[in-house]
Amino acid sequence: MEIRLNGKVREVADGITVRRLLDQIGLQPLRVAVQRNLDIIKRDRYEEVVLQPGDTIEILSFMAGG
Amino acid sequence: MRDGATLRFGGREFHSRLIVGTGKYPDYHIMQKALEASGAEIVTVAVRRVNLDRTQESLLDYIDLKRYTLLPNTAGCYTAEEAITYARLAREVGMSEIVKLEVIGDQRTLFPDNEELLKATKILVKDGFIVLPYTNDDPVMAKKLEEAGAAAVMPLGAPIGSGLGIRNPHNIMIILQTVQVPVIVDAGVGTASDAAIAMELGCDGVLMNTGIAGAKDPVMMAEAMRKAVEAGRQAYLAGRIPKKPYATASTTMEGMIE
Repeated sequence: MEIRLNGKVREVADGITVRRLLDQIGLQPLRVAVQRNLDIIKRDRYEEVVLQPGDTIEILSFMAGG
Repeated sequence: MRDGATLRFGGREFHSRLIVGTGKYPDYHIMQKALEASGAEIVTVAVRRVNLDRTQESLLDYIDLKRYTLLPNTAGCYTAEEAITYARLAREVGMSEIVKLEVIGDQRTLFPDNEELLKATKILVKDGFIVLPYTNDDPVMAKKLEEAGAAAVMPLGAPIGSGLGIRNPHNIMIILQTVQVPVIVDAGVGTASDAAIAMELGCDGVLMNTGIAGAKDPVMMAEAMRKAVEAGRQAYLAGRIPKKPYATASTTMEGMIE
């Protein structure tokens, strides 16, 4: 299925969880924030939240800034 | 007089009064050395999309999280709503309540939109955040931010990245007399004397990024800033002589030949 991830279209497996998506990208659950369709998903729910087709996902972390 | 030995806000205590940003360095290696040379205990970071290409280096590879307290900012936010979203995302990333709240009103000057800033401060304070708002040098605004629950106020010295120094020391001085929370000058510091001036006025700290990152030798400038903040603080605590229009001799006339 298709989702939008950090502004780009991405093909992912049906029924993928947030946790599996992070694993696939190679990101640790610590040190990121995940937003799904304008909702912030708390870290303790990464394993249970299942993505739906057309979801807009933002994965953020701390980057350089003043 | 603000004569505490340490910088304290939000239930935390810091020995360094210099807060340094992580943006705009030539590379992460230089940034890491500059942060070390600055003696800073708090460093600011931004909240942005991760690089999905995991072969690239990332900022957090270069910051020892055991050594530094991260202060996420809401840079790039122009409304209270946006800033609140970013603060909440920052809290999620960093598992910490502390946030440098920026709500920008104008793209050219990057001056704060104080109306939106106050709105966001109230909401975030209620939501349990330790809010450090980036504001202008208006004592009335500083008071309102304090009353809204801000843990400190951070008046700008001059526009972000301008290097113009402390443009209105008189207002900064009035702010110091108006609020009880720490006053940290944030933005506009261009060289060591700017930082020293802020501390000589009695400020509790100074926050800077471009002044160090944009210098020809950021590591050397970071060390200079560390010394400047320490010297300015010491001069403030030592109690300077008053300014007088005319001379008062340092040598007595007594004992001179007739």
